[in-house]
Amino acid sequence: MTAKKAVKNSLESSLKRLEEIVETLERGDTSLDDAVILYEEGVLISKGCAEKLKAAELKIKKLSKEIDGQFTLNESDEA
Amino acid sequence: MAIEKNVITITELTRQIKFSLESSFPRVWVEGEISNFKQHTSGHLYFTLKDEGAQLSALMWRSRVANLTFQPEDGMKVIARGSITVYPPRGNYQLDVDQIQPIGLGELQLAFERLKQKLDREGLFDAEHKKRIPEFPECIGLVTSETGAALQDIRSVLSRRHPSVEVILAPVRVQGVGAAEEIADAIKHMNQYGGIDVMIVGRGGGSLEDLWAFNEEVVARAIYASKIPIISAVGHEIDFSIADFVADLRAPTPSAAAELVVRDRSELLEDIGNLCYTMRGAFDNQVSALREQTTSLITSYSFNRPKDLVREFSQRIDELERSLGISFAHAAQIVHQKYNSLQRQLQALNPGGVLKRGYAIVRKEGRIVPSADLLGYGDEADIQFHNGTVGVKVEKGH
Repeated sequence: MTAKKAVKNSLESSLKRLEEIVETLERGDTSLDDAVILYEEGVLISKGCAEKLKAAELKIKKLSKEIDGQFTLNESDEA
Repeated sequence: MAIEKNVITITELTRQIKFSLESSFPRVWVEGEISNFKQHTSGHLYFTLKDEGAQLSALMWRSRVANLTFQPEDGMKVIARGSITVYPPRGNYQLDVDQIQPIGLGELQLAFERLKQKLDREGLFDAEHKKRIPEFPECIGLVTSETGAALQDIRSVLSRRHPSVEVILAPVRVQGVGAAEEIADAIKHMNQYGGIDVMIVGRGGGSLEDLWAFNEEVVARAIYASKIPIISAVGHEIDFSIADFVADLRAPTPSAAAELVVRDRSELLEDIGNLCYTMRGAFDNQVSALREQTTSLITSYSFNRPKDLVREFSQRIDELERSLGISFAHAAQIVHQKYNSLQRQLQALNPGGVLKRGYAIVRKEGRIVPSADLLGYGDEADIQFHNGTVGVKVEKGH
């Protein structure tokens, strides 16, 4: 279950990468080919971040531990 | 009536009682309820301590009143420490109180201090153990009551600032018997479940008794053991709990915890927008720098070499003309011949010239076909002659 964390590309690491890209491009010491690749990556990352931040409504789920030791997530009862 | 010989005075009897009582009870702890409470203008306190079966006069001297941390009142249950003294003029005994604590509050406060010292010595509050609170959590765990004000407060702050976070609530009782164990278990469950970036553990304000679960050792140890960073959010701003000391970050209220845990979404989006803008600018700079380089190369010496060659050539002819003394017309003829010969050589290289001599170019899908095995039956091809192109279809395959 903890593997879930490793798979998702976190907002934190995305933003860090975006900052790196901006810094590298600002130094201007890469080849044009690399600059194009970096620029495209940067655009993709910023789109991905914006996508992650899009959800309009806060959702709260309820964690419960079943008798067999497994966890389940349910929608919270109260609105 | 026979009178006994050893008559003693009241004063003497009282003196003996005083000695006997005061030496028997130099220090006692008693528990009872305050009644007839009076604060004399002198500052001394006079009251009665009683329980179901008996009552005891009590007094507290002004010098000790100064150390009181609460205001005694009639009906208040207290524990008092003092010595029994006898006051001969009135023939009564009383408790000379030097310490007094309300029951409940006093005990809780003592327990709080004891636990706080113990955990502090064990290193549970050490700054080195504090975990970093992630800057951009995407999944936030809440350990609080499902029906409490804390959940509502956190919900409204998160909805306003950053509704795209995922929130997982582990509902627990936050007061009463068993609440501390529920809170500790919920913290463990959050860790077992995984995927949670940061946890808020807390409840809204209340009396010391209401908040007590957050002062229990089992909660403190669960917070300390948690791999997920924990923000404590217990009660109102002034209440400090043991949980606050152990937690990785203390928020004064649940609302404040929610404010601390997420960045405002619109600010974040603005930051991302700014990064994109800067990135675009840096990229454009690099492209225009390269464009300038290209332009300067085009106008550079090496690129203009052929032009120079022509000039050099005509200069050489001028020199030849002068040195050989030949006529200008002759020289022009030489140049013309040279030009024609160059022209012919160029013509030979120009495919158009070759075509004029009867050759043709075969193209398939725009590419030149240099070999017969590249064309098969049914392939379509274009044949370019010097004066036009025709489309053909291969009928006899190679």
